[in-house]
Amino acid sequence: MAAKKRVAIRDHSAEANLFARRTFITFIGVLVLSLILFSNVYDLEVNSYQKYQTRSNSNRIKLLPVAPNRGLIYDRNGVLLADNKPVYSLEVIPEQVDDIKASLKELSQLLDISQEKQNKLLKALKSKRRFKPIELHSRLSDQQVSLFSVNQHKFPGFFIDARLKRYYPFADLTTHSLGYVARINRRDSIKLEEQGIADNYAATRNIGKLGLERYYQDILHGTIGHQEVEINNQGRVIRTLDFTPPVPGKDLTLTLDIELQMIAKRALSGKRGAVVAIDPRDGGVLAMYSNPSFDGNLFVHGISSKKYKKLLDPKSNKPLLNRTVQGYPPASTIKPLLALTGLNEGIITPETEIYDPGFYQLPGIETKRRDWKKWGHGKVNLTKSLEQSCNVYYYDLAYKLGITRISKMMEKFGFGELTGIDIHEESRAIMPSVEWKRGRYNQNWYTGETLSVGIGQSFWTVTPLQLSQAISILVNKGEIKVPHLLKATTEVVTDTANNNQQTTIVTDYQVDEKPPIVLKDKNNWDIVLDGLHNTVQKVGATGYSAFKGSKYDAAGKTGSAQTANLAQDEKYDATKVQENKRDNAMFIAFAPYESPEIVVAVAIENVAKGGGGANAAPVARQIMDQYFGDREIISQDKNKHPLHDNVYHQDISQSANKNSGNQ
Amino acid sequence: MRSTGHDQQKQRTLWQRMHIDLPLLAGILVLMTLGLFVVYSAGGQESAMLIRHAKRVGVALFVMFIVAQIPPLSYRKWAVPVFVLGLLLLTAVLLFGHVGKGAQRWLDLGFTKFQPSEIMKLVVPIMIAWYVSQYDLPTKISKIIIAFILVLLPTLLIARQPDLGTSLLIASSGIFVIFLAGASWKLIGTCAALASAFAPILWMFLMKPYQKQRVLTFLNPEQDPLGSGYHIIQSKIAIGSGGIQGKGWLQGTQSQLEFLPERHTDFIFAVFSEEFGLVGVGLLLTVYLAIVMRGLWIAVNAQHAFTKLLAGSLTLTFFVYVFVNIGMVSGLLPVVGVPLPLVSYGGTSMVTLMAGFGMLMAISTHRRFHA
Repeated sequence: MAAKKRVAIRDHSAEANLFARRTFITFIGVLVLSLILFSNVYDLEVNSYQKYQTRSNSNRIKLLPVAPNRGLIYDRNGVLLADNKPVYSLEVIPEQVDDIKASLKELSQLLDISQEKQNKLLKALKSKRRFKPIELHSRLSDQQVSLFSVNQHKFPGFFIDARLKRYYPFADLTTHSLGYVARINRRDSIKLEEQGIADNYAATRNIGKLGLERYYQDILHGTIGHQEVEINNQGRVIRTLDFTPPVPGKDLTLTLDIELQMIAKRALSGKRGAVVAIDPRDGGVLAMYSNPSFDGNLFVHGISSKKYKKLLDPKSNKPLLNRTVQGYPPASTIKPLLALTGLNEGIITPETEIYDPGFYQLPGIETKRRDWKKWGHGKVNLTKSLEQSCNVYYYDLAYKLGITRISKMMEKFGFGELTGIDIHEESRAIMPSVEWKRGRYNQNWYTGETLSVGIGQSFWTVTPLQLSQAISILVNKGEIKVPHLLKATTEVVTDTANNNQQTTIVTDYQVDEKPPIVLKDKNNWDIVLDGLHNTVQKVGATGYSAFKGSKYDAAGKTGSAQTANLAQDEKYDATKVQENKRDNAMFIAFAPYESPEIVVAVAIENVAKGGGGANAAPVARQIMDQYFGDREIISQDKNKHPLHDNVYHQDISQSANKNSGNQ
Repeated sequence: MRSTGHDQQKQRTLWQRMHIDLPLLAGILVLMTLGLFVVYSAGGQESAMLIRHAKRVGVALFVMFIVAQIPPLSYRKWAVPVFVLGLLLLTAVLLFGHVGKGAQRWLDLGFTKFQPSEIMKLVVPIMIAWYVSQYDLPTKISKIIIAFILVLLPTLLIARQPDLGTSLLIASSGIFVIFLAGASWKLIGTCAALASAFAPILWMFLMKPYQKQRVLTFLNPEQDPLGSGYHIIQSKIAIGSGGIQGKGWLQGTQSQLEFLPERHTDFIFAVFSEEFGLVGVGLLLTVYLAIVMRGLWIAVNAQHAFTKLLAGSLTLTFFVYVFVNIGMVSGLLPVVGVPLPLVSYGGTSMVTLMAGFGMLMAISTHRRFHA
């Protein structure tokens, strides 16, 4: 056989040796390559261990921010004004949904979600961070929550998120002072970034936009917590590794008395106007209500454009406007302060008398300025000038004082300035002066305008808050306590070192004081205060009828302002001309006369007939009656307050409707 | 040597009568056992997957046992017809093959799907060993050229599928035969020079975009960490974070939390090193080396040129599996689809490998009766 023959001549041992050599060489190669593999793994697992361990951890460990609970807000008696209620929102992580449009359509049918919301979501899809959930529905009803929960398996990527959202149980009653929170928008984010506190807001969705919620945002917000979780490659949380709890925001206790707010709302019902009540002893604001108001809850969940349009509708009487910090001509309510200025400057004494024939003429000028009483008040001294609100007396006084002395003194009482109250919406209003007019209109000051200033008209506007503050300064005989809504903050401190023991720390608000007004003669304070006392207590005086029979000793001053000036910022509306031309009713009061505890300022726009005495004074009377214990609303358990319950259980939209229906 | 053989012949054990090489089997069983543990961990501790893997292990062991019973020199009779049939099947795959994972590798026979390239992993070394062993060693240059062509045909057909990993394994199985048969160093040097000259041509004209991408990714995986570089970065993180001791069985976060892709198949080495650390890797490499050493020992002691060459080639190809897989998973080599032999989940390649080990055992145990 050929093969056998060939094998025979082959040198087997040489071939075996060759093969063995080659095998040995390959084995050396195998050893070298194995060593390379091993040293490479050694490099990874020993030399670069730290680096890869860090990367492995950053793969799997995520720090999830946990939002702190917002501080609650209580009235001075512990009635809850701003609550946090659990709200269920429907969210979606679009990356986890195969066909977002189809899922959305199906889900919307199941839960009855409006087309508007669907479109909003689709729009939001375009500008979002990867794997960040976006909100489809902000407030699911209990029924929607259960419907979704049953069908959740059909909608991967969609989930329900429960979180606390602000709720204002008294709705429109507190909005102008409390304000509201709403979704953090781009501008808020930029601001937080600039302040360097954006990290603290990583999990926070809402921020104070108005009122106290805005002013005390930092205190109410608290400090963010963190949850360290392990996640898989889908970003799904597998387990929690560590948890640093957030520190809740501090609770606020206000100086406001919700019962006085209720009285104010009732007293102003059907009117446009504002009430401010201050405790002159410490500047605490007892009541601050502007009518009509609106429900801040609407903004917490994002107001619909339809509802927002309704708030802007002229027929709704500008509910968004906070009339407590809006300028009104003060009219005769500032006469006591002008009298005080006259006394201090030595232009008048309590005995100084003028003769009022029913009009006033500047020397050498034909034009007559009429008193409100056609036939005049006859002989008028200071007390009578206040009791009867005699215009001629003050034309004369203003003429003699001149605008500069008036505005200098009035600025000390805070007119034309911010009072410094703890909300940002305050207006300075206008304290006219020669410089002001030049700056504003580039015109000279006319003496005739000084006369108008003498009766609280012309350019002069004051906010009800400024007015109440000025009267507080008056009753405090020059001491200035900056008005404020905050009474105390409450904070619960958890001592982690000591078995998580919790201690409640209450910090009282430190009242701010400004340098007092010092008169040349201290007795002048009493002279003017006595005049105001007579105005309310003397039979036939302008404030008498409103406080007849009250159980406390009140003092006050009426005012009726022509509204020509107010019309500046209002559009001409033919159907409303008649009403807009009507006078504004003003009133200021304080009680008890000997040691005042409450100062009230009332402004009511365009009253049908009568002045401040007939329209505004009764509002102040009701507030004071309530304050001094003729309480119509009395309850021991503040949480089961009769009116409180009433408002608390109202549907939010209903209360808004009711509010506008009142107008 | 002869006397030792004589002693062995005298005391033929039960294992030898069953044509089982015990040291080889021991190494294989150690790897398979490790494989079962790692597949269970990498597969998300899913028992169904573990059972499927165990079944395949059983089938593979059975195939090895059957193959071991066939006298190795009888392969020579089948070498040519099976090789030709293999080439025809590879051509058929290219023409009518079933597309899976972007490549045509499967031939649908109606009752089963069949991957001809797997068969070629065994047929090519048999064919080349048969061809080369007919002539005197060292092989003459003209025969070497023919042998080269015989290697190149199936390699290119498989590379066209495209299946870079398998074509690489098949090419090396043939080339090992040529090398072991004593190709001159001058020729080897020339070929190496030609190959490096050929590389740019390969890059420009023959490589598919996805293959080029793999090479680019290999050169700089951080360039596209979430895209093409993701596999290799996550794999290196898994290995590196294992440290010396490893995170412990079932404790590997990269694999358990699914950051690591292909974790129970091609990237199972990353799972292993993450959970068992450098210590585990050292042990694993030692077992692989032991198997290679035993395989080469069998080759050196084989009594016929054909069986020597075949045994050497099978053993070295086995090592190529190990080197390419670990090399790519730990970032030394570009990613090509090569499993970690006897550990990775996946039936076909394990059955082929075990058939190869069956041949090694046959060579080791049948030699007495052919001398």
